[in-house]
Amino acid sequence: MMRNPLSKKIVSIEPSGIRKFFDIVNEMPDAISLGVGEPDFDTPWRIREEGIYSLERGRTFYTSNAGLKDLKTEISRYLERKIQVTYEPDSEVLVTVGGSEAIDLAFRAMIDEGDEVLIPQPSYVSYLPCAVLADAVPVVIPLKKENEFKLTAEELEAAITPKTKILVLPFPNNPTGAIMTKEDLEPIAEVVKKHDIYVLSDEIYSELTYQEDHVSIASLPEMKERTLVINGFSKGFAMTGWRLGYVCGPKEIVEQMVKIHQYAIMCAPTNSQYAAIEGLKNCEDEVQEMRNAYNQRRRFLVHEFKRMGLECFEPFGAFYIFPSIREFGMTSEEFATRLLEEEKVAVVPGSAFGDSGEGHIRVSYAYSLEDLKEALGRVENFINRLREKITNE
Amino acid sequence: MNEIRSEILKHLEKNSKADLGELAVLLGTNEVSIANEIADMEKEGIICGYHTLIDWDKAGRGYVNALIEVRVTPQREKGFAKTAARIGNYPEVTAVYLISGGYDFLVTIDGKTLLEVSKFVSEKLSTLDEVIGTTTHFILKKYKDHGTILTPEEKPERMAVTP
Repeated sequence: MMRNPLSKKIVSIEPSGIRKFFDIVNEMPDAISLGVGEPDFDTPWRIREEGIYSLERGRTFYTSNAGLKDLKTEISRYLERKIQVTYEPDSEVLVTVGGSEAIDLAFRAMIDEGDEVLIPQPSYVSYLPCAVLADAVPVVIPLKKENEFKLTAEELEAAITPKTKILVLPFPNNPTGAIMTKEDLEPIAEVVKKHDIYVLSDEIYSELTYQEDHVSIASLPEMKERTLVINGFSKGFAMTGWRLGYVCGPKEIVEQMVKIHQYAIMCAPTNSQYAAIEGLKNCEDEVQEMRNAYNQRRRFLVHEFKRMGLECFEPFGAFYIFPSIREFGMTSEEFATRLLEEEKVAVVPGSAFGDSGEGHIRVSYAYSLEDLKEALGRVENFINRLREKITNE
Repeated sequence: MNEIRSEILKHLEKNSKADLGELAVLLGTNEVSIANEIADMEKEGIICGYHTLIDWDKAGRGYVNALIEVRVTPQREKGFAKTAARIGNYPEVTAVYLISGGYDFLVTIDGKTLLEVSKFVSEKLSTLDEVIGTTTHFILKKYKDHGTILTPEEKPERMAVTP
């Protein structure tokens, strides 16, 4: 008998709930999906063109570990414009392989075994496993529908123990579309400072807010030194496949993150880095154009769900809407599975983003209006049937 | 121009048949204000028409399109305007632009046949007193027209469900 080749830690981690769903959808060629977490837009042409040009020029070598100097400088300027926080390009900026790498690096650089990481849920699927991989103890803060899935200071305060080290702050939020305004963030920052913990602020959807501009917790007084800001090009710039993100924060932390990055990754893709410089310099209009389109679809979905009588708060960020399906008396996974089987529309069950997402579905509006209309027609048929059945019983 | 007008125009430019109720939802306003804005813009001449983009080749009735460079002598007091109007009055002429550079007007023309277009150039256009010379370019294939790519490539597929 051979010895077990696997690590107990990795075996203990659940595969993403979304994965299971993905496999079912893939067997259905005529299904309409509202299940993706990436833009439907092509990367703006000027960015792609810059990528092509950099290949033509033969820029196919490694870059320095932390990223191209020009890119780090542009990132720093961009953040100064967008969130009014100044980062020193040479020591406080690290270019990563997507925002997801930055999440992993952050935990590994900051956690000692047993430290607690606070993870508000529903949220993106990788915080919890990444924390576990870094030997942290993940502590989930279930966000409430009554608060429109924002994190409150009371909820934070209640979750903090002497072992708490990091608060993950995932806003604008995937899957709920919730945002945190300056007024929402201020009391959070106070609690964070009071208990001397750090914030990992995942701002990957920062370009996609529809009511007011995104505010970073790092911009609040005395917060820059205890915040890692994670951002990237995937969502706002429609560059998911380029795998390019970045993290900015205190020099001592970034320095350690660079070390892990250097040994595990070497550097982010060179081609993507050159292309991204163009994005930061010259794509304000293109990004605005996409934001406009998302905003119109968002209004359309909110309007349609209201008309159908599905309970749903109005989301002001990212490209998701998170209606409640409680009235149908089934789990979100059952609902999503039946919707897929009966009407061939794929949505993601809210439970895939944590237990507090139960009772909801995530509907993405990274689709053309035509697709959304067709899909919503089918959703309406489905819920009408369910309601009829409930009334008849 | 105000935001709402510019958004309405962007929609109408792509789809002149856009549904007003739907526009109202998309732009976060009501149907009446959309209808009013559109009516006002029609009156003000901002919206000049609701044309249809047609691929005549596919419709089985191929038009011959040509771009004609025209050099003219500007006329006293009238400048180029009078000549432009004269040329523009021909129904087969679809556009007349005053151009900077090596010639004066760029005229676009739809004809049924090559012969018809060349007849127009030699008999109507060149014989105008003000016209000094013309160069005719026939359009062989349209790849993109009015901001619309006519034979779009297939979109690469996104995965159906991602986190």
